[in-house]
Formats: sequence, C-alpha cells, structure tokens
Amino acid sequence: MWTRTEPEDQAPAAAPLFGPVGVLPQDDRGGSRRQGGTTVSKAMLEVEKISKHFTLSGQKEPFCVFRDLSLQVREKEYLSVLGHSGCGKSTLLNIIAGIDTANSGHIILNGREVQEPGLDRMVVFQNFALMPWLTVFGNVRLAVRARYPEWSKQQVADWVDKYLDMVGLSGAANKRPWELSGGMRQRAGIARAFSVKPSIMLLDEPFAQIDALTRGVIQDELVRMWEETGITIFMVTHDVDEAILLSDRIMLMSPGPQAKFMDEIEVDIPRPRKRISIIEHPRFYEIRNRIISFLSQKG
Amino acid sequence: MAVPSDTAKGWIWLSLVVLLLFLGVWALFALTSKTFPSPAAVARESWFFLSRPFYDGGPNDKGIAILTAYSLARLCTGFLAGSVVAILLGVILGLNQTLFKALNPYIQMLKAISPIAWMPLLLYSVKDSGWAALLVVFMASLWPTLANTAFGVSNIKADYLNIANILQMKPLTKVCKVILPAAGPTIVAGLKISMGSAWVAIVPAEALLGSLGLGYFVWNEWNNLSLASVIFAILIIGVVGVLIDNLFSRLAGGLAYVD
Ligand SMILES: Nc1ncnc2c1ncn2[C@@H]1O[C@H](COP(=O)(O)OP(=O)(O)O)[C@@H](O)[C@H]1O
Ligand SMILES: [Mg+2]
Repeated sequence: MWTRTEPEDQAPAAAPLFGPVGVLPQDDRGGSRRQGGTTVSKAMLEVEKISKHFTLSGQKEPFCVFRDLSLQVREKEYLSVLGHSGCGKSTLLNIIAGIDTANSGHIILNGREVQEPGLDRMVVFQNFALMPWLTVFGNVRLAVRARYPEWSKQQVADWVDKYLDMVGLSGAANKRPWELSGGMRQRAGIARAFSVKPSIMLLDEPFAQIDALTRGVIQDELVRMWEETGITIFMVTHDVDEAILLSDRIMLMSPGPQAKFMDEIEVDIPRPRKRISIIEHPRFYEIRNRIISFLSQKG
Repeated sequence: MAVPSDTAKGWIWLSLVVLLLFLGVWALFALTSKTFPSPAAVARESWFFLSRPFYDGGPNDKGIAILTAYSLARLCTGFLAGSVVAILLGVILGLNQTLFKALNPYIQMLKAISPIAWMPLLLYSVKDSGWAALLVVFMASLWPTLANTAFGVSNIKADYLNIANILQMKPLTKVCKVILPAAGPTIVAGLKISMGSAWVAIVPAEALLGSLGLGYFVWNEWNNLSLASVIFAILIIGVVGVLIDNLFSRLAGGLAYVD
C-alpha cells in the first residue's frame, strides 16, 4: 500500500498541509482564494489529481470526464461539489468511494491511500440502494453486522434501533423499502450510513428523488446528525440552494467533458441555518449570484 | 371473450365443465372401444390402490404410497444434489462474465438434451440402475437452475454489489447475504423448471431401468395389460407434479421482491 511520504503530524503547524484549499498552484480557477479560512483543521480526505476517461465504443478518442482533479476535505467539514448534471459528480464520488476506479491519481484518507471501497467511506445513494429483500431494519443491521462482527445479536439490534430512531423510522422498521416513500427510504439510507460511524460520508444527490416538502425535513435531520456525530460529509449536488443551506464550503465544477473546479466558496452564513430565514441573510444572495454566474459560464 | 369478469369464481365452474366434458368423451370412447377402461373402471381400480397405500407384497408389489415415496426420494436426492452443483456453478459463472460467455453455448446445448438421452451413457458408466436413475434426475435438475442462476447473478444491480463491497463483506458473506437473495427469484424460477423436468424424466427412467417407483409401476401395469392401473398411475404422477410445482410457487412468492 502506498502511504504518504509526509505524515500529517510531521507537517509544521505554521504551514498547513494544503495551501489555498483544494487548489493546486497551477490550477487556474479565477475567483477569490481563501487562505485557510476561519475553520482550519487538517485535511482528512485528499483527492490528488484524479483523471477519468471512458472509452466509448465506435469512438477513437476516449471521453474524458475530468483530468487532474484535486480537492481536500477537512475534518468535520460539510463540503459540497456543485455542478450541472452529467459533469462527472457521481463519477468523482464513486472513485472516492472506491466503487469506481480513476485512470490516474490518488485518494488519500487520513494519510493513507485507499483503492478499495470500505466502511470508512459510507455512501448515501441518490436511488437509496437499499436491499429490497430486507426490511428497513434488516438493511441497517446488515451494515452494523459488517462493521461490528463481534457484537451480540442484542447489541446489534439495539444499535440499529438507535439509528432508526434518530431518523424517525422506528415505526417502519419492519417494512420493505418498496412499501416506503422516497423520503422514508432515504432516511433508512442515512441511518445505514451513520450506523457504521464512517470517517467520511459520501452523499450523491441524496435529496434529488425526494419531494420538496419532505426534502427540507430530511435536510434538517441530516445537518442535526452531522453536528451531533461530528462526522465529515462530502456531498455532490446540482441544487444551488441545497448546497448553500447545508455546506461549509462549496466547490463549483464546470460542465464536462474535462470538468474542472472553477471556484470555491466558503459559506460563511452562521448555523443553525433555516430554510426560510437563510434567504434574508445578506451573504446568501452574494453567494448564490456568484454560483449562478459561474455555473452559467461555458466550460 | 365473453368470459364474465364480474364472477370471481367463474373459473371453477368452467373448470368443472371441462372435466365433465373430458369424462364424457372418455366414457364414450371406452364404450365404443370395449377394451379401453371406462372412467368408472379407473375409479374402481384407483380405489383398490388407494385403499391399501402401504401394502407390501414383496420386492415388486408395493402400495401406491410406497411407490410414490420411492420416486419422491429419488427425485429429492437427485434434485438437491443437482441444485447445489447448479447454484454453485451458476454463481461462479454469473460473477465471471468471460467464463459465462465461454461456457454458455455448451450449457444451452446440454439444456436442450433430454435427460433420458443420457441414460445409456450413465448406465454404462455406473453399471447400476439405481444410481443411473438418480443421475438422470441429477442431470435433469442441473441445466435450468445453472442457466437461471448464472443469468440472475450476472444481472444483479451494481448498487447491491457496491454496498456489499463498501461493507467489506467477505466473499462467502457476500454470496449468502447479497448475491443469493438478489438473484433469489431468478434462481427459484430455475429450480422450478428443473424440478419439473426432473419429475418428467423420473418416470421413463424408472420404467426403463426397472427401479422401484411410479415409473416402474406404470410399466409393470402395462406389461400386465392393466390399462386402468396405468391411467391411475398417470393421474398420480400428474397430481404429485402439480403439488411440487405449487410448493415452488410458494417459495418463489416468499423470495420475490419489488425493486
Ligand atoms: N460507464 C460509463 N460509460 C461511459 N460514459 C459514462 C459512464 N458513466 C458516466 N459516463 C459519462 O460521464 C459523465 C459524467 O457522469 P456522472 O458522473 O454520472 O455525472 P453527474 O453525476 O455529474 O450527473 C457523463 O457525461 C456520462 O455520460
Ligand atoms: Mg450523478
């Protein structure tokens, strides 16, 4: 296994591991660059110059989704990657998760390169990806058992109950996924992800298939659980308002092919943020307009 | 169709009408042929056999329940062995596209061969009619389950396998907890076809090999020129087949899921 030559604890305190967050010196993105920012903590996930291309049948030139993409996620941070549909967000997330492979580059989690999927990077999928032959309880239990194989049946069951309770699914524990609404299913997906206490949670447009009213409620729940558990979240989304509401920091991805990060925005709107009142915050429209103007540029 | 849809139980009546028509035609045919047994004769014969199901009058003269048990035991043994092999191989092929593609033509070919056609070869190989009959059932059970398992496993949604990998499941856990349940409905559909073809194959196998069972009984009664008994045996074979099929439909219902 390839380990970082420069262990994080040896890095001098004055010089943070990363300079301008998520930016390589040669990467010209324009926009403002923040040195550190207010909530400097060490990078727990580093995406180093990953490239991905698909060789499409009947075409000589491979289709390049992105090239030399880099970013860093700080500990306990909520980082979102925002971009148009089809720009390569899921591809990026899947590579980080280890369920897709990059053509080049490295994913470094807590100082170690990761190549395989693992319990340290739980994914919440847009389409929920619950096992339909299991109940909601069974789905979460499958994850808990995998994470804590030495636990007794009772310990596992209690743990599952605790997390189902956290997302308000106790009443539906014995239902099959198909008997539930999209919102309930995603709650199960979120409970499953939190239940194994991953280092980082990877969310792939987790609210895209949930109706607008439920979406707000689940977003609030997610933020509450994120704050309570101190977990790190990496989310990809195409929803501007969702990104601003939830994130500490937003990376803007240009439309593909060869997508790049065009800008990076610290969302310095204090928490708790409310969906209703956030739009009254003076920073909200500044951030929103900046995002919109970047996203409407041609890649 | 003029089938009335508002009467939920209409099919029962229709079914009875078909049965009566059938019995009527049969009775007429029996009347004209004089040697062919009438429904009443078959009913009397059936009653004779059914009233002494566990009769045991020596190695070649046993009650119908005993004969059925012999056939079922042979069926279950051969079917279980065949299914285990088929599911194991099917999972391996389903997970390995290259191997699947390479072997698929042969599987399709083997699937098309009646298990009875193997009998001479099997008999030549094992030199024992009991084992040969068992192997016929084994062969009959193999191919549909193998083909279905490989197909089902290779078509499992990537999401499920991704989850299994993220949860870092060991290979055996992955097979038991994700692959088999995900492909479960397809596998059971294969098992059902296998069981059907095994039950179809067991009758001629027993008849030709002279292994005690329903097939042997059919042949024996034909040699005795007792057509009524032959018809009775045919009915039993049919009824048992339907019951087995029902069992698998229930199993399929239990494993089914909505995606
Ligand atoms: N397996 C694949 N084969 C070929 N092209 C793919 C494949 N997966 C994704 N793509 C292409 O890569 C691009 C990025 O896809 P994706 O990461 O799903 O985008 P997003 O999640 O941002 O909507 C799209 O143009 C898509 O067509
Ligand atoms: Mg996507």
